[in-house]
Parts: sequence; structure tokens; C-alpha cells
Amino acid sequence: MSHIVVNTLTILRTFVCVSEANSQLRFAQTGEQIQRMTNSTFLRGTWVKLTLVAGTALALTQPVLAQTTLTGAGATFPEPIYTKWFSQYQSIGKVQISYTANGSGGGIKAVTDGTTDFGASDMPMTDEQISAFKEKQKGSILLFPTVLGAVVPSYNLPGVSKPLNFTPEALAGIFLGKITNWNSPEIAKANGGVSLPDLKIVVVHRSDGSGTTFCFTDYLSKVNSEWKSKVGKGTSPEWPTGLGAKGNAGVSGLLIQQKGAIGYVELIYAIKNKLPYGNVKNKSGEFVKADLASVTAAAAALKAMPADFRVSITDEEGKGVYPISTFTWLLVPSKFADSSKEKAIVGFLKWAISSGQSMVESEDYAKLPASVVAQEQKQIGSIQ
Amino acid sequence: MMVEISRQRKVVNAVMLSLSGLCTVVVIAVLFFILGYLLWHGISSLNLDFFTKLPKPSGESGGGMANAIVGSGKVLLLATAIGVPVGFLAGVYLAEYSGKAFAFLLRYVVDLLNGVPSIVIGIVAYAVVVRPMRHYSTFAGGLALGIMMIPIAVRTTEEFLRAIPNSLREGALALGATKAKTVFTVVVPAAISGLVSGMMLNLARVAGETAPLLFTALGNTFWSKGWLAPTATLPVMIYNYAIAPEEDLHKQAWAAGFVLLTLVLLINVTARVIIARGPASARR
Amino acid sequence: MATSTLSQQDSRLAVHSLFKRARGGDEIAYLLTLASAVGILVIVGLIVVELWINSQPTVHRFGFSFLTGTRWDPNGDHFGALPFIYGTCVTSLLALLIAVPFGVAASIFLAEMAPPGISNVLTFLIELLAAVPSVIYGLIGIFVLVPFNRDYLVPVLTHLFGYLPIFKGDFYGVSFLSAGLVLSVMVVPFIVSVSREVLLAVPREQREASLALGTTKWETTWQIVIPNASTGIIGSIFLALARALGETMAVTMVIGNTPKITASLLSPGYSIAAVIANEFAEASGSLYVSSLIFLGLVLFGLTIVINALARIFVITTQRRGS
Repeated sequence: MSHIVVNTLTILRTFVCVSEANSQLRFAQTGEQIQRMTNSTFLRGTWVKLTLVAGTALALTQPVLAQTTLTGAGATFPEPIYTKWFSQYQSIGKVQISYTANGSGGGIKAVTDGTTDFGASDMPMTDEQISAFKEKQKGSILLFPTVLGAVVPSYNLPGVSKPLNFTPEALAGIFLGKITNWNSPEIAKANGGVSLPDLKIVVVHRSDGSGTTFCFTDYLSKVNSEWKSKVGKGTSPEWPTGLGAKGNAGVSGLLIQQKGAIGYVELIYAIKNKLPYGNVKNKSGEFVKADLASVTAAAAALKAMPADFRVSITDEEGKGVYPISTFTWLLVPSKFADSSKEKAIVGFLKWAISSGQSMVESEDYAKLPASVVAQEQKQIGSIQ
Repeated sequence: MMVEISRQRKVVNAVMLSLSGLCTVVVIAVLFFILGYLLWHGISSLNLDFFTKLPKPSGESGGGMANAIVGSGKVLLLATAIGVPVGFLAGVYLAEYSGKAFAFLLRYVVDLLNGVPSIVIGIVAYAVVVRPMRHYSTFAGGLALGIMMIPIAVRTTEEFLRAIPNSLREGALALGATKAKTVFTVVVPAAISGLVSGMMLNLARVAGETAPLLFTALGNTFWSKGWLAPTATLPVMIYNYAIAPEEDLHKQAWAAGFVLLTLVLLINVTARVIIARGPASARR
Repeated sequence: MATSTLSQQDSRLAVHSLFKRARGGDEIAYLLTLASAVGILVIVGLIVVELWINSQPTVHRFGFSFLTGTRWDPNGDHFGALPFIYGTCVTSLLALLIAVPFGVAASIFLAEMAPPGISNVLTFLIELLAAVPSVIYGLIGIFVLVPFNRDYLVPVLTHLFGYLPIFKGDFYGVSFLSAGLVLSVMVVPFIVSVSREVLLAVPREQREASLALGTTKWETTWQIVIPNASTGIIGSIFLALARALGETMAVTMVIGNTPKITASLLSPGYSIAAVIANEFAEASGSLYVSSLIFLGLVLFGLTIVINALARIFVITTQRRGS
């Protein structure tokens, strides 16, 4: 399919060419319609010439592409590693994967509606979501863990340089809107020796449906009964307090701008944006900093990975475990109508859980445990 | 007999008049502030890479928005190809053919369409194109913007055609031309400069639209292939980069904002100059 | 039998003659323009039908209480639209409160005082404000207006009027106030442009008669010209209101995206258009999607009503003026 356009009319014919793959009829009609209109005498005005010239210019600037393209959408949590992967894999697998980070909710919706080839989510799909997929797409959906990450409580607190310690009670209290000042005793208790300023706490949370939110609220629900009954876990719960911001990026942006703010973001967003983030007290009673070791420890603490990979590893027990850790998943339909796409996704998945893992740690995510990789390789075989 | 204007009334007069002048100055100052601010931040963030490179993976600096510029161009081209012909022809119908009752209905509906918030058009384009075709696409974005172009296309066509004196039509008809020939070879050409500039204004209006593209054209980190793949567009990129935390992306957002605004204002000013300078018959 | 063959023949004849005429081009042109006109009716019909059909699940589930519900909880499948309707109304009204005095004053200056040449240039400049894409207003809003409000405007406001409930509470930058301010700049050009036209439509003789009686320029404007043009000016305000109600991007970027109803303009809120922009692409679950679409329908309805009022007002004065 050539995009090099020789004369002005061919640009309109490209409408027809391009449409071979998908819904031929609809597009062919539009193309012909436009062609018919331009052929008729009265429209050969300046305007049409102008647009055609512009169109030719545009078409000429487009490079000729022969690669398979895949589109994906979803989680912002793994976006940094995904965009690295996709750009790396473009030259390895000759596959172009375009990713739009519009939140885990967005990923689940897109793959369920079939509007993208795959989705991405930091929340394991629920039973209802899976049955909704089955109903709409007449096939099943496979979840592939790709990396592990941590959600960290991050804040903007001028004058405090040492990382703060957060107890589960303090975190729940802050996000419930009950603890409203940074110098309140609930926070101070765990931070002996830190002089906390008399500053209002500004809670920042996600405004989009978010797997990061799911992980964070999943954790709070496990550790705090009031949170569990009042708010619960979910991608977009009804927040008792705070400001909404879009994506991990949006939350980080607001944290940078707002003094006294606290939010939760994926670890790499805190590191990249030089935002301070606190240690969280785990089940064994230690205050643990989120890093490769503590997230890996959380994955190792997991006793058994279920066959469908739907698992939560928040609040795992064990020494050195960071309690707000999670896998993040790619959501891949088990059947592809287009075999080149199926090959492309299979190739990418194989690469991502093997060679791709070597890129993971430089982006501050934790690698998949070997047992999970082996289990995933089996599942890749079931993609048709 | 002279009516003496009291001192107090004079003062009130002077104060109120200068206040209204001041308000004008404030409003215009806002415009210049926006232009100046974008110029300042935009130009300093602008470089050749911006026009030739693809966006870099997050976290890496550099890169550009070449795909978004082309993407916006494609979406707008499609929007024009959809909105202008439909709007133009319907405008011709209104000005030259329509009966009174139908014209009233059509005009009312066109105004209605003009009032529909752009985000609502986005929803409809999603429901009608994206969901059934099962792909976010340039086409869906173009269709959404194309629908948004229709109302202004209709009304400008109608207005400019109506401004053409009837003597022209009568002359052509008297020479034995058919109605269609009269309309399309005599009346439309007479109004062409107005029509073209009207359509340019129309294009400029939708060029900056973001909301309907969020869930139709979506976005793309690479070049968008053909017309049925999702594509990056300038306005959506500005939005995404503006709410991102990275300083680097903010700079790119300013650069993109500057490019977008320059384009929109250029089209706008050119169109208005054409209207102002055009033949008297094309003037409103 | 016989009648059916006859009618077949008839229709064939009709088709034939249509074809013949069509070949002349006349009929084709007519049909094409007619088809386009009808096409537009179909498109608008389609928009309404799509919105209506797709919002049915919400209508069935919540009915009227959707509009008065204050909880927006996608997790619990509970949807109430009031916080968004409230946010849309508050920001739009605030925008008008700021934009109307400036806009009307500017239009008075442009129509009554400035020499025609200067007036045309200035109006042209103001109308350029309307051409600035909304995402650029959002960009300026985030990086200029929000910090400005936080550091300068709001401290002054709370210092002076902190006792008023509308200026109580904490300020985070993103808020009703910021959204209203951005909107006010966006709608000013509509008020100026239309109001100026209406003012210019007031017959010259009325002004001359008044001035001849010895009134000042201002008195003439205020007592004679404005009352004559008042319905048109109100129309322009409604037009601006319609624009403000549907504005999406700029508002989304500065309103704070928090579905709460509070009296304070300093607190973050949400608007109908903003919630659709934020959540539509990711809403899974049919009730969630249909609630967002229903919100779209509500917004559609609101703008239709306001637009219709605007047009009625503008048309009546223009008729009276000419």
C-alpha cells in the first residue's frame, strides 16, 4: 500500500485502498462519494484545489510503512516501561505498538469494546468484566503479568527532607479526610525526630479509572475496616476528600504544584519527578521503603499464582515486604481475526517476559519471578 | 436657549466613557497577553526536531510532534471533505431552492447543531463509528470535526449567496441557462471569495477542537497508518503534555500551543482580510 | 392484474422521465443540494436518537432522581448528576458575572465612541480571542492563572471577603473560581461582538434627537441606546452562556475534577463536559457509560434551550432596529 501520491485525485482513492483491511464497504462508499463530488464540475473551485494540495502535501510527508501495527490502551502505571519496550521492540520484532495511557479502566473498556488490540491494567479484571468481555467478543480474555511495581504515598512538604513513615492507620485517616494537618499526632507518632510543619493536608487522588487507585484502595481496605466499609476498593471509588487529577502524571503534576499535598503514585513517577515518598509499615511491623528489593520480596511472598493470574499482593506478610505492591497485566484476547496481529502480539509477549525483563529494573520496576514467567509461557500458547 | 450641562453630569459622562474604554483595553490586553506568553514560551521551546521527530518514550527528553502535526492535518482534511460539501450544498439549497417552511426548519436544526457541545459530538462519533468499526481512527475524528463544520458551512454559504444581487440570476436565466447552471456557474463564482474565507474561518474554528478527538482519534505514539488507525493530534497532545509532570513535556506543550495558535490565527486573519477586501457583492 | 401492470408502466415512465431530466444536470444539482439539506436533518436526528437510546439504562434505573442525586460512585454503580450540573452552572454564571460588565462596556465603547476605523480593528482583535483554541486557554489556565490565583488573587480575596461563604475554605488553585475566570475570557468576545452589532443597529436618529435635547453622550447611551438594544444584549449574554456551558477542555484543566457541591468558589468542583471528557474513554459497565451519555443529553438540552432564548432575543432587536 503506497502512500506516495502522484496526482491529486489518487489521494481520494487512497481512501478506498486503505479500507481493505477493515469494513470495506462503509469506507469504499465514502471514498467514492467524495470522488464523485469532486468530479462534478461545480466543486472544482479554489477550495477543493486548496484542500487537495494540502492533502497531497500531507500524504507525501508520510513515510511508507510496512510493519504490523498494534494498538493498546490502559494503565499509566507501567507506561514508562511499556513505551520503552514498544520503542525497543519496534526494531526487533518489526511491529509498531502504539500505546495510549488512559488509565486501567480505559484499557479494560477498550479491549472489551474491541477498540484496541489489547488492554493494560494494574487491576485484575473482575468476574463481571470478564463475562462482559465474553459476551461482547465471543472469546476469552487472557491476563499476562508483565512487571511488578509499587504504589507510594508521595507528598510535597517543604522543610522535611527525611522520608516520612506512614502507618496504615495514618494513611487511611488522611485519605478518609479525618487527619487534616501534617503535625497531627497520628503522623508524628511514627516520625520521631522529624519536625512536621503546621500545614493543611491536601489529598490528591486520581480522577480517571485507575489500577493504581485499585491497588492503593485494595491495600487500605485490607488494613482498615472503616475504609473497607465506607469507601472500599475499586478503580474509581467515591473519594471522601481531595482533588482529582488525571493519570499518574496528573497526580505527580499536582503534587509538585501544591504545598502540603499528599497523593499516591507509581514509584517511578515519584523518582522521575524527584517527589519525596514515604515508607509504609508492613504486616511484620517494619517501615519499608519501596524499591526493587522490597517489591520483589512482595512477589516472593505470594504463595501460589492462580491459573488466570488474577491476584492481589498488597499487604503480604514477610520480612522486607513492601505492602502496596502489585503486578500489572496486559489484557490480550485469546482469539485474533487477523493472524499477523496474533503473531505480533505473541512475539511481543514472549520477548517481554524474557529479554524484555532485562530493561525492567533500570526503570525501577521489579522483574517477574521465574515461576510466573514459566506459567505465562504456557498461556501464550493458547492465543489463536 | 442653551441647556446648561451640570458639572456633575459632565463628570459622570467622562468617567463612564473612560471606564468603557478601559474595559475594551483590558479585554484586548488579555489577547495580547495570551499571544505574548505563547510566543515567549513557544518559540523558546521550538526547534526543528519538533516538526520532524516522533515523540520520545516517556522519561527521555527531546523528540517532536511530527506525527501529531500530520495527524491534525489528516483529521482536518477529512473534516473539510465531509463538512464542507454537505454544508455548502445544503446552504445552496437554502439560498436558492428551498421553500419557506422547510427553510425555517432547516435553519433551526442547523442552529441546533451549531449549539451542540463538541464533547457531545465526540460521544456520538464514538457510538456511531468507533464502537461498530472497533477501532479508534483518524476517520472517526475527522467525522466528528466534519459534523461540527456543517452548521457554519451552511450559514455562510446561505448568507453569501443571498448577498448576490438577483439581477445576476435573472440575467443568466434570461440567457437560457438552467437553474443549476445559473447557481453553480454564475452565483457561486460571484460569491467565491466570501465562501472560501467562510470555510477557512470554519476550519480554523475546529482546528483547535480537542474534546471530540479524545475518544475518536485517541492518540498514537507513532505515525498513523492510513485513515483507520488512531492518530495523534496537536490539541490532544497539548492536553496530555500540559497535565503531565515533566518540565520537558510542558515545553513541548508550549511549542505545540504556539504552532496551533499561529496556524489558527493565520487562517483566521487571512480569511477576514479576504472578506474585507473582497468585491462588494461578497460582503455581508 | 391489469391495474398492476399499468402502475408498473407508470412508475417505469416516471423513472425514465426523471432520468431524462436528470441528464440535464438541473435535477441532479437540485437533488444533491436537497439530499445534503435532508442529510443534516438526519445527522441531528441521529445525534438525538443515539444519545437517547444509549442513555436508556440510566433513565430506567434512576429516572428523575439521576438529576438530583449527589453521589457519583462508579464502583457502587450509583450515579447522580447534581454535582456536575451544579459545577457547570456555577462556573458559567461566574464567567458571565465577570464577562458581562467588561463585554457590554467594551461594546458600548466600540459602538458609540470609537471612530469606525479604530472600532473595526479593535473588534477584529477581540474576535480573535474567540478563535483561540480552548486547549490553549487550558494551558494558560494551568500554568499562569492557577499559580496567579494561588499566590495573589485569592489571598487578597480571602483577606477582604473571607467572611463570605463563597470565599471560605482552602484554596488549591484548581477551583470553580479558576474555571470561571478562564471561561469569562473565552465568552467575552461573543458578548462584545454581538452587542456591538445590536447597538449599531439602533437608529442614528434616536441618538441625534437625544443629543439635541442636551444630554451628554453617556446619558444618551445609557437612557436611549441601551434600552433600545437591551433584548439584543441579553441575547448576546445567552449566547455566551451557551458557549460557557458546553466548554470542555479549558474547564477540565482547571476545575479540579472533584464531584462536590460546595458554596465556596475556592473549592474544586466538576462540570458535565469535564466528567465526560475524563471518564468516557474508560467507563466500563453499561450503566456507567449510559450515565455519562445521559449527562451529554442533559448538556445538549441545556444548550438548546439557552441558544433558542439567545436567538429569540437577538432577532427581536435586530427586527426592531432595522
